[in-house]
Amino acid sequence: MAEQAIDRSKMKVSDEVAVQITNMNKWYGQFHVLRDVNMTVQKGERIVICGPSGSGKSTLIRCINRLEEHQSGQIIVDGTELTNDLKNIDKVRSEVGMVFQHFNLFPHLTILENCTLAPIWVRKTPKREAEEIAMHFLSKVKIPDQAHKYPGQLSGGQQQRVAIARSLCMKPRIMLFDEPTSALDPEMIKEVLDTMISLAEEGMTMLCVTHEMGFAQAVANRVIFMDKGQIVEQNEPREFFNNPQSDRTKLFLSQILGH
Amino acid sequence: MSNNMTYVRTEMLPALPPPAGQGGVVKWLRENLFSGPLNTVLTILGGVALLWIASHVIPWLLHSVWNANSLSECREIITATWGPDATGACWAMVRERWHQYMFGFYPQDLYWRPTLAFVLMFVALAPVLFTHLPRKMLWFTGLYPAIAFWLLWGGSIWAPVVAMLGFAVMAIVFRIGSPRLGVPVSAGLGVLAAAFWWLFLQSELSGNLQSAIPLSIESVDSDQFGGFLLSVVIGVTAISASLPMGILLALGRQSDMLLVHSLSVGFIEFIRGVPLITLLFTASLLLQYFLPPGSNFDIILRVIILVTLFAAAYIAEVIRGGLAALPRGQYEAADALGLDYWQAQRLIVMPQALKISIPGIVSSFIGLFKDTTLVAFVGLADPLKGITQIVRSDINWKGIYWEPYIFAGAIFFLICFGMSRYSMWLEQKLKTDHR
Repeated sequence: MAEQAIDRSKMKVSDEVAVQITNMNKWYGQFHVLRDVNMTVQKGERIVICGPSGSGKSTLIRCINRLEEHQSGQIIVDGTELTNDLKNIDKVRSEVGMVFQHFNLFPHLTILENCTLAPIWVRKTPKREAEEIAMHFLSKVKIPDQAHKYPGQLSGGQQQRVAIARSLCMKPRIMLFDEPTSALDPEMIKEVLDTMISLAEEGMTMLCVTHEMGFAQAVANRVIFMDKGQIVEQNEPREFFNNPQSDRTKLFLSQILGH
Repeated sequence: MSNNMTYVRTEMLPALPPPAGQGGVVKWLRENLFSGPLNTVLTILGGVALLWIASHVIPWLLHSVWNANSLSECREIITATWGPDATGACWAMVRERWHQYMFGFYPQDLYWRPTLAFVLMFVALAPVLFTHLPRKMLWFTGLYPAIAFWLLWGGSIWAPVVAMLGFAVMAIVFRIGSPRLGVPVSAGLGVLAAAFWWLFLQSELSGNLQSAIPLSIESVDSDQFGGFLLSVVIGVTAISASLPMGILLALGRQSDMLLVHSLSVGFIEFIRGVPLITLLFTASLLLQYFLPPGSNFDIILRVIILVTLFAAAYIAEVIRGGLAALPRGQYEAADALGLDYWQAQRLIVMPQALKISIPGIVSSFIGLFKDTTLVAFVGLADPLKGITQIVRSDINWKGIYWEPYIFAGAIFFLICFGMSRYSMWLEQKLKTDHR
C-alpha cells in the first residue's frame, strides 16, 4: 500500500491546536488504565496509535469525545474543555466524528436515515439539505446506490464506509477511528483504508487506533506507541518503523511485522 | 492419483436442485407422526382422544337452539327434534341477553352513544397502529379521550373540554420551559401545572361555562356501565396509558439519578409484589392518600388508574429487557454523534428496544385486558362473572352453564387474538435487521 500514489498537497499540519491533553489519568475501579498522558494534536495531523491489546489506546481516543470520562488532568478539544458540563460535551461530540470497530450503524434506519439523523436533530439542518449532504458523502465513500437499504443488507466493508459517511455528514473537524478494520474480512479492509486515505488527502485531522502498519507508513505523520496506559514512544513513521528506540516498541514491531 | 498434489479446476459446478423425495406429504407424515413405535402409538391415542371430544362437542353445537324464551323451552325443543338423549347448546339466551353482555345496564335508548364511541375508537386508533396513514389523523386521536368520555358518561360538554385544556396547559408550560430548564424539569412543571388546573380550576371553570353556555346530554352513571363496554373502557384506557408510563418507569430504573432510580424500582417492585385484587380492594383507601380530602372518586376511574399502574409496572420490566438487549455500541454511536439523552432515547434506543419488546408488551396488554374481568370483585358487572350471574338469576335462564362462558370467552378470544395478530404483523413490518 505504501507504493500507492497519495496526493499530499493538502496534507498540511497547521500550528493550530486541535486536541490538547495534559497530565490525564483514568482508572477503571482500581485499575489505572491511562497514566499521565500528555499529547498535543495539531490541526491536519494524521496520527496512528498502536500498541498491544489492553494498552489503553482505545480508551485514550474514547476520552477525546468523552465516551469515557477521565478522572484527572485536562482535555481540551477545539478550544472546549471536557468537564461534566453536558453542553460542552455535546458541542465537542458534534465537532468530533467517530468510527467504531463494530460500525454501530442504527439497524432500524436506512443508510440515508443513518446519515441524516444527526444533522437534522443536532445541527437542525432542513431534511432536504441533510439528504443532499448525505448523498454527497455516500458518493464519496462510493455507495450512493445503497442509500435506501438497511445496514443489515450491506457487507461489513460497506457498513464501515457508511459509518464513515455518517460521521462526515456532521462536517467534523476531527475524526477518531477505533480499530476501524479489525472486524473486517481481509478482502474488505482495503476499501475502508482507501476511504480513510482519501479523507487524509483532504486534510482531515485524524486519530486512528489501528494495526494496519501499511496505512501508518503511507498516511500518518506521527505514530504513537502505547503500553500499560502510557505513551512509550512517538515518532514520524519512517523513524518509528526503521529505528525504534524503546525495547518494548522493538518487541511489539518484531511481533506484528515478523510474519 | 494419490500422489498427485496439484489440481486445477477448469470449470465451476452449477447449482443443482435437491434430490427427489425430500418433500411431500408421505415424508412429512413419516417424520412427524409415525417416526417410531412409540410415536405411532401416541399418534393413534391422540387421534382417538380428538375424535372422542369432537363426538361430544359437534352434536352439541349442531343441536343449537336460537329461538326460545327460557332454558326449559330450549331443552324441550332439543328433545322434540333430536330425541330424548340429545344435548344441545341454548344460544337463545345470548339472543335475548346480548345487549346486557355488551352494555350492562346502560340505558337502552342511549346505546348509540357507546356504539358511536366504539366506532370512533377505531378511527382514533388507526393512525397509531398503521403509520402510513396521514399524520394529521393524530389530532383526532388526541381529542378522542374527551369525545369518548362525553359520549359515554354524558353530562356537560364543558367538563371534558376543560379537562383537555389541562393538557394544553401542560404542553404550553413544557414548550416554554424546555429550552431553558431542560426536558425533565419542564415536564415535571407541566404535570404540576396540569394537576393544579384539574384539581382547583376544573370544576369551577366547567361549571361557569355550563351556566354561561349550557350544552349537555343526558348523563349516565358509572354503576350503569357493564359487560364488554366496561371491559373495553377499562382495557383500552389502561393499555394506552400504561405504555408511556411503562417506558418512563423503565428509563427511570436505568437512570443514574439516585432518587429517580429508587422511586422507579420501589414502585415497580411494590406493584408487582401485590395482587391486582388487593390493589382494587384498597383502591379507594390508597387513592385517598394522594387526593385532597372529600373528593369522592368515581369507581371506574379508580379501577382504570390502578389497572394502569399495575400494567405499567409489568411493561416497564418488559421494556427493561428490550433495553438490556441493545448493544452498548448503539448508545455510544448516538452519543458520539452529539445526540442528547432524550434524542438518543427517542430516535435510537426506544424504537429498537420497543421492537424487541413487542411480544412481551402485547402479552402484558392481553393479560391486562383479561384482568378487567377482576372488577367483578369490586362490584362492577364484568362480562364474565357479573353479567352471567345476573342472567342466571333470571328464573328463565336458571341452570344455564356453558353458553354464557363460551360466548364471553369467544369475544375475549377475538379481541386478544386480534391484538396478537397485529403484533406479529408489526414485528414483521419492523424487521429491518435481516438477521
